[in-house]
Amino acid sequence: MSFEAVIGLEVHAQLLTKSKIFCGCSTQFGSSPNSQTCPVCLGMPGVLPVLNKKVVEYAIMLGLATNCTINRNSYFARKNYFYPDLPKGYQISQYELPICSDGYIMIKTKEGEKRIGITRIHMEEDAGKLIHEGAHSLVDLNRTGTPLLEIVSEPDMRTPEEAVSYLKELRQILLYLGICDGNMEEGSFRCDANVSVRRKGDTKFGTKTELKNINSFRFIQKALEYEIERQIDIIESGGKIIQETRLFDSSKGITISMRSKEEAHDYRYFPEPDLMPIFVDEVHIKKIKESLPELPYEKRQRFKDQYNIPEYDIEILTNERDISDFFEKCVSLYNNPKTLSNFFMTEIMKELNERKCGILETKLTPGNVVEIFKLLDEDKINYNGAKTILPKIIETGKSPSVLIEEMGLVQISDTSALESIVMDVLRNNKKELKEYLSGKDKLFAFFVGQVMKRTSGKANPKILQDLLKEKLSKISIDEVDNL
Amino acid sequence: MDIKKLTLEEIRNLIESRVIKVRDVTEFYLKRAKELQEKTNAFITLDEENILNQVENLEKELERGFKGKLTGVPIAIKDNICTKNIRTTCASKILYNFIPPYDATVVERLKKEGAIIFGKTNMDEFAMGSSNETSYFGPVKNPWDWDRIPGGSSGGSAVAISAIQAPASLGSDTGGSIRQPASLCGVIGMKPTYGRVSRYGLIAFGSSLDQIGPFARTTKDCALVLEVISGYDPKDSTSINRENPEYSKGLSKDIRGLKIGVPKEYFIDGVEEDIVVNIQKAIDTFKNLGAEIYEISLPHTKYGIAVYYLIATAEASSNLARYDGVKYGYRAQNVKDLKQMYIKTKKEGFGEEVKRRIMLGTFSLASGYYDAYYKKASKVRTLIKQDFMSAFEKVDVILCPTSPTTAFKIGEKSNDPIQMYLSDIFTINVNLAGVPAMSIPCGFDRKGLPIGMQIMGNYFEEQKILNTSYAYESAVGGFKFSPFQEE
Amino acid sequence: MAEINKELVKYIATLARLEFDEDELDDFTEKFRRILEYVEQLKELKVDEIEPTYHINVNYTSMREDEINQSLEISEVLKNAPDKKDNFFRVPRVVE
Repeated sequence: MSFEAVIGLEVHAQLLTKSKIFCGCSTQFGSSPNSQTCPVCLGMPGVLPVLNKKVVEYAIMLGLATNCTINRNSYFARKNYFYPDLPKGYQISQYELPICSDGYIMIKTKEGEKRIGITRIHMEEDAGKLIHEGAHSLVDLNRTGTPLLEIVSEPDMRTPEEAVSYLKELRQILLYLGICDGNMEEGSFRCDANVSVRRKGDTKFGTKTELKNINSFRFIQKALEYEIERQIDIIESGGKIIQETRLFDSSKGITISMRSKEEAHDYRYFPEPDLMPIFVDEVHIKKIKESLPELPYEKRQRFKDQYNIPEYDIEILTNERDISDFFEKCVSLYNNPKTLSNFFMTEIMKELNERKCGILETKLTPGNVVEIFKLLDEDKINYNGAKTILPKIIETGKSPSVLIEEMGLVQISDTSALESIVMDVLRNNKKELKEYLSGKDKLFAFFVGQVMKRTSGKANPKILQDLLKEKLSKISIDEVDNL
Repeated sequence: MDIKKLTLEEIRNLIESRVIKVRDVTEFYLKRAKELQEKTNAFITLDEENILNQVENLEKELERGFKGKLTGVPIAIKDNICTKNIRTTCASKILYNFIPPYDATVVERLKKEGAIIFGKTNMDEFAMGSSNETSYFGPVKNPWDWDRIPGGSSGGSAVAISAIQAPASLGSDTGGSIRQPASLCGVIGMKPTYGRVSRYGLIAFGSSLDQIGPFARTTKDCALVLEVISGYDPKDSTSINRENPEYSKGLSKDIRGLKIGVPKEYFIDGVEEDIVVNIQKAIDTFKNLGAEIYEISLPHTKYGIAVYYLIATAEASSNLARYDGVKYGYRAQNVKDLKQMYIKTKKEGFGEEVKRRIMLGTFSLASGYYDAYYKKASKVRTLIKQDFMSAFEKVDVILCPTSPTTAFKIGEKSNDPIQMYLSDIFTINVNLAGVPAMSIPCGFDRKGLPIGMQIMGNYFEEQKILNTSYAYESAVGGFKFSPFQEE
Repeated sequence: MAEINKELVKYIATLARLEFDEDELDDFTEKFRRILEYVEQLKELKVDEIEPTYHINVNYTSMREDEINQSLEISEVLKNAPDKKDNFFRVPRVVE
């Protein structure tokens, strides 16, 4: 009997506002403990929250980008529970009426595009952080009150791959909107997964477990794979799944029950009396809609129509808005998308990955990239030379034409200069020359290589080939010893 | 010059015209406050050094030509209103040592108008009580009879006026906590429209009900303090952005044609006879002043207490969650882990009534009970609000007793929560509806204890209420607000 | 009406992080029962069609601009802390 998994995801995305959701403290990451707190986010007695306008705007942006209904009226609710990183003893969140609901995004799967429903998007405040130290825990409330959007999906995913694909798409939308930095390591994009399994063909859902603490795409994939396997094993051996929260242990690649924390969970939600309902008017929504940037799926479609480059290239180029913008600037200066895209795929992305940095953090400019191609077209350098100067441009920002002079990479296209080198190489490799002339054609590349070695790779490959062919055709095997 | 007899306006004018000094007034009240503290227990904190510093600063400001609405007027502050660098305890062990690094907005506004932030007054713990017996710092006593309660929860603020320990004070009112003690102590107390006065810095009890308001001796004093503390505050999302009238300038005794409603539901069994008689007399007085009297009905009155105790406690159970011993206040010692720290801190830090209300509120919100309790109560709240809205289509103000009884004996009701809750029966619905109301003195019962009359008004019609009070005050030749008045 | 017994009272206490001694518990359960009996009178009212009132003033929440305000001085943040270490609040270890 075969099984299928049913997966729903809850994503928490930290918003890139300057200040916190209910007070004016900075949201900057990594400051010294408790230095970004005030009476409001410390939950001191008598203080009151005041909503940051930007948070509502960002929530609407994401709602529109994910085809949600933007609810004209929504309100905040208190979620009550006790934990030292939650200074008020409740989290201000949304419950009955969230700001966005009933949306969807399209994801890529092996079988093609698939629509994943979004149940709701709501605004809430983040909690602080605890550091455990011996018999004590230390409380840092800097993160308390950082605005979050919680994005809850429908249980529409059937495989770990689909879940990852959904997360990647959602993260990309957030990045394109510029409202979240998507940093999973620092926790600005976090994910909990609800997962259950059922026999294929069943329409009823099985009992689900909730997986927490998964902070990379790879771990999500692994955690889901493990958990699905675990649940199937239990059912096949006649057991029952217990509804519970499980933690992913990334070092062992397994999920562990957190049953000890399961005691009496009752959040006692009720409408937040300190904040009146939120009202969004039609005009405001329209304005936000008009200001939305091009979204990932729209951009991918346009790249396909406009540039006629391979799907894989589009995928990579549109992954980050900075890259795709950079690429398009290059195309506008040098109208050869295919060649450019190739260079991005094989060279530029490699350099960026090695440096683990974004394209805007380098000294590379579209002007520089295009200049490389002009030098190639003019035969001033060859592809090898282009590869050699790229890291230098990235580091120094110097122009390619200056660099090729400095590095002595200007291509040798002068036939007479090359001719003497070619002759020299042939004289010094008589054994190979004889073999070639007796029919071992493969050795042609050997001679090219030798010339390149002598010229430190600067020989114009096309001229060299022509020249070499010409010379070789004129030599007969008897002449070799007397060359 | 008898400082004791000066109204707030007189204090301000005499100080600004340099007839008396800021120090003269403050020292007079400091002396009285200290002398009577043992009897009244009205203050939790009386920080003399801080007060005298304020006096000194104000004297300097006066040199530079400072003018304010309350220049040099000492104002006592209920101890659930945060005062920067002055201990604010909410009369609870759990906050016994809490020193706020901020001022409540009302305190900022008083300071801006030149008031001296005087002592912090005693109250029921977390404003939960109607008798001031639940304070961690001991009960407050009624100056009209030291064996009796002053009412609550703002008992200290009411007593400070009637014992002449301060010329004016602030209290907070969630279900009658200003009006009921005002009534039982024979002074004026007003709860403004919900949203009229900023709650920023008021330690929350029932957030959708709480409102800060003044205690005073005269209508005009009350109006003056009210206009200073009122107005929109961007720090309080529930405060209302609308014009803030100068009530003291708008006062008028002419109430000819004023339509006064008298709700039949407020004259029921259990209301003491002397109270009914005195309110009747007052109604006659209003008739003589040219007002028109109508019998009206507020049909859902009797449900108010049940609704209130489900909603206020639900909000309180959440509001009081933050007192966990982590960031400030009391923390239980010798605990083995965090969970035990929470439990022991709350067990040792909160008094019995506070725990009872946290329990009731937690129950009201718990899954499986929410719909039948909290949500149901919130629906009945709509009916109560509608009662007032339709009543105010017919009348300008509503008159009734503030409390069904005069001050009772200390300990008399403290073991019977329902009896205690019922003493708020006439004040609670005003908070549920969010309308403004005022309690003013209305004679004495046969035991010589003060009786209070409540004047309720429509949303944002504080001026109409004050004018009604002003007309009555003038007609009866002023209020007797203190047993020490003629000393 | 909800059955009010010691078990329910204990459960609610757990939710609220409160605790009662056994002898307190009887008295408390009794008082709690009387209060809940009293609020039972709301049952008389039919309110299915009535909208609940959560906020008194029928208006919408005001909002602030996304601007940074000065945070509190760290000494003020920790001034009231019962226990602290290196600018952190310190609590007994959270048992996981």
